[in-house]
Amino acid sequence: MKRRGFLIAGGLTGGGLLLGVGLSTPPSPRSRLGDKQVFAPADGQLALNGWVKITPAGRVIVATPRAEMGQGVHSALAMLVAEELDADWSMVSTEQAPIASIYANAALLLNVAPFESDDDGLLARVARGSLQRLGYTLGLQVTGGSSSIRDAWEPMRLAGASARAMLVEAAARRWQVQAGECVVQQGVVSHPPSDRRAGFGELAEATAVIDPRSDVVFKHPKQYQLIGQPQPRLDLPAKVNGQAQFGIDVRPEGLLYAAIRHAPAFGGSINNLDSTKAKQGHGVVDAFVLPNGRAAVVVADRYWRARRVLDALPLDFEPGPHGQLDSAQIGQQLRAALEGGASGTGFRSQGDAAGQLGQARRKLQAVYEVPFLAHAAMEPINCTAQFKDGRLTLWCGTQVASLARWRAAQVAGLDGDKVDLHVPLLGGGFGRRLELDMVEEAVAIALRLPGKPIQLLWSREEDMQHDMYRPAAMASFEAALDEAGRPLAWLNRVAAPSVGLATMERLLPSMAMDAPDKNQIEGAFDLPYAVPHLSVRQLRVATPVPVGSWRSVGHSYNAFFTESFVDELAHAAGQDPFEYRRGLLAAKPRHRAVLELAAAKAGWGQALPAGRARGIALHESFGSICAQVVEVALEGNGKPRVHRVVCALDCGIVVNPDTVRAQMEGAIVYGLSAALFGEITIKQGAVEQGNFPSYELLRLAQMPVVETHLMPSTAAPGGVGEPGTPPIAPALANALFALTQQRLRSLPLRLKA
Amino acid sequence: MTTLVINGRHRQLDIEPETPLLWVLRDELGLTGTKFGCGIGSCGACTVEIDGVATRSCVMPIQALEGKTVRTIEAEPDRIVAALQAAWLQHQVPQCGYCQSGMIMAAAGLLRGQPRPSDADIAAAITNICRCGTYQRIRAAIHGAAATLQGAVA
Repeated sequence: MKRRGFLIAGGLTGGGLLLGVGLSTPPSPRSRLGDKQVFAPADGQLALNGWVKITPAGRVIVATPRAEMGQGVHSALAMLVAEELDADWSMVSTEQAPIASIYANAALLLNVAPFESDDDGLLARVARGSLQRLGYTLGLQVTGGSSSIRDAWEPMRLAGASARAMLVEAAARRWQVQAGECVVQQGVVSHPPSDRRAGFGELAEATAVIDPRSDVVFKHPKQYQLIGQPQPRLDLPAKVNGQAQFGIDVRPEGLLYAAIRHAPAFGGSINNLDSTKAKQGHGVVDAFVLPNGRAAVVVADRYWRARRVLDALPLDFEPGPHGQLDSAQIGQQLRAALEGGASGTGFRSQGDAAGQLGQARRKLQAVYEVPFLAHAAMEPINCTAQFKDGRLTLWCGTQVASLARWRAAQVAGLDGDKVDLHVPLLGGGFGRRLELDMVEEAVAIALRLPGKPIQLLWSREEDMQHDMYRPAAMASFEAALDEAGRPLAWLNRVAAPSVGLATMERLLPSMAMDAPDKNQIEGAFDLPYAVPHLSVRQLRVATPVPVGSWRSVGHSYNAFFTESFVDELAHAAGQDPFEYRRGLLAAKPRHRAVLELAAAKAGWGQALPAGRARGIALHESFGSICAQVVEVALEGNGKPRVHRVVCALDCGIVVNPDTVRAQMEGAIVYGLSAALFGEITIKQGAVEQGNFPSYELLRLAQMPVVETHLMPSTAAPGGVGEPGTPPIAPALANALFALTQQRLRSLPLRLKA
Repeated sequence: MTTLVINGRHRQLDIEPETPLLWVLRDELGLTGTKFGCGIGSCGACTVEIDGVATRSCVMPIQALEGKTVRTIEAEPDRIVAALQAAWLQHQVPQCGYCQSGMIMAAAGLLRGQPRPSDADIAAAITNICRCGTYQRIRAAIHGAAATLQGAVA
């Protein structure tokens, strides 16, 4: 009890604040309905609550407080409203929500609760409730942690149901009939006994005198018309004709462009800059070193001009305190943490793992490792800012709207209400756009050149070399097998930098503390398999290399570690890797069902063409359970070639199944790039890779066939953006073992010749 | 001064001759559908058609385009691009969408030369990067568009 309490308090969130909020319950959907002023109606529009507006033509406009970065969230959120509203999907559109308390993400911090997902004990429930309350109280209008649907599931359905009730009431008053006799279908309210009907657009104005109501009943899932059926995404038409507007595309009147070059080494700086020479360049407006000394900036009337002048400018870099750092040192640091005497923090302990290992007859041990990784979203980092007449306007494809506005105000010395933030589409996020560095830089540039809007755009090389990386990590395992080959004892120690601490230091520095970090150990401590004697411990290792959330965060490496090592145990026991896992999941029926679904659909156990082998992996993350079976062969050059991936997912109730499938496909590609190629290395304190030839990503020619199977479920929704990534690397490594008998314990996977 | 045709309009561009076409499109002409991804011709986000050939515009200096015809994603779609756009929606291809203009232009270049491409033809021609991982749907959509176009011919 005490240990868990400490872990929760220390999690990502900072103990003091959690105590301040107190042990608490999640915010109720009713408290988040919002009044009509929150989602301000433009001319002719009628707001029905904080989430829904209706136009006289009957268009339904849904407030979307989350960033659309490819995950289809705008459409999925709109579906929640449209379902309970009984709207016509072809009449639904979305609009960026303003920053307001009802839009805060109460589900985000569920990801830092150090409990197994099926732990329904009092402590786990209270902790989850408190973390939801905390995220809400902090006003975290944040898109991340595969949390958007989990957060919006109740409040946005309530917004739809409430708006529906108001429209029915308006119709009943107009026709002087019982509201209970009215029917709503496809954006039309009708009264069958008197054969009268009216569209939402005709009724909208009459709702002005009706207060938002929350005394409504949700549909039974069997009544769903939209949820659970594939719906065309609302954002896609503009993404096939060039009209979609990303952050890099905003063109406010009088726009100037800024190119930037950071000191290469982490912690480095730039000593000087020849601004006189730079200003001789065609179109150049200004050239300077940022106030923090870390980057040189050239501002010009065209991006290319700024960039060319900056590239030609001799810059005198100061390497700073970490100028000799390299990857080998970091590897040694991680290894020393595992081998040293420090016991670290225990995240789960049952039985007596150390004692059992001491006297065991059949023992296995192994060390696994992964490198740093860059996010490499296709849209390079950018932010546009204008400081004019005491107001700051920002256009930024950010995952952290409320924090971006707050930080911009802080940098500019303004009140938050003097900052207007526009969030265009994001050309990929993957966790990189949870950061505020681009906001801080763009605001600093705008303050120096008041009046004009200025678009800061990083080069691909800057994007690659000044990321907040998926941390390098290393894990040791020791296991003992019983007479039947089952794991009797399991000791897992994971050494890595703390993403939780690094994130808090950057985003909410007043709350940062070096405390146990669930994100670092997630996917390791909550091992689903039955092991009587189990100990999972965390060792936090500090590094100057900035680390951050990379699609699936700690799961991205812990899944590779644990699912590879379980595979080792299966082979050591002489058992089939699927049957071995299955036999250890008696107490985890959802896990077992997902594993069985993947195996069945993949034809596990059936013969394959010569030179092909299968591997399997199972992993739960962000409230969803995913199993994948990989089929791999070797190409003529001896490199692995993934032919087929069968993916099974239990994400609870499914909102838009086609979007869920797309997320699985994408998450698998993201994980395959890491498994086959991904590696960021450090030399002289700086990242060695600069562009795609040295940081290769999966391309179409290497794309396997991906088949996704969704488990039918009426359970509460789980996350979807990230859970497809963790299993792919171990499934592939396990397939390569089956094919070659080589156990690859580090990423990227490199077979010995 | 470079004279060329962009999306059916004659343009005379008085700009530094080494300026890559990408930045002329985006910053001179406001055609922001063509995207910057890498700046070295690797990722293909900047792909446009030049005289019907899919080309990385971020490494194509404007001075090399005298008298050429450029089509971007914003051009009035011809039958091939229209078929691709319809197939892209039918297969719900885009996720973030950032690379998709370049993907569609690359696919258009492919279909002009090979009306019924094989999987291998598609793999050889579509070397663009999609970080969201939409490749499987791109492959299906190109086949779908090709079938539509063949059906229209027959």
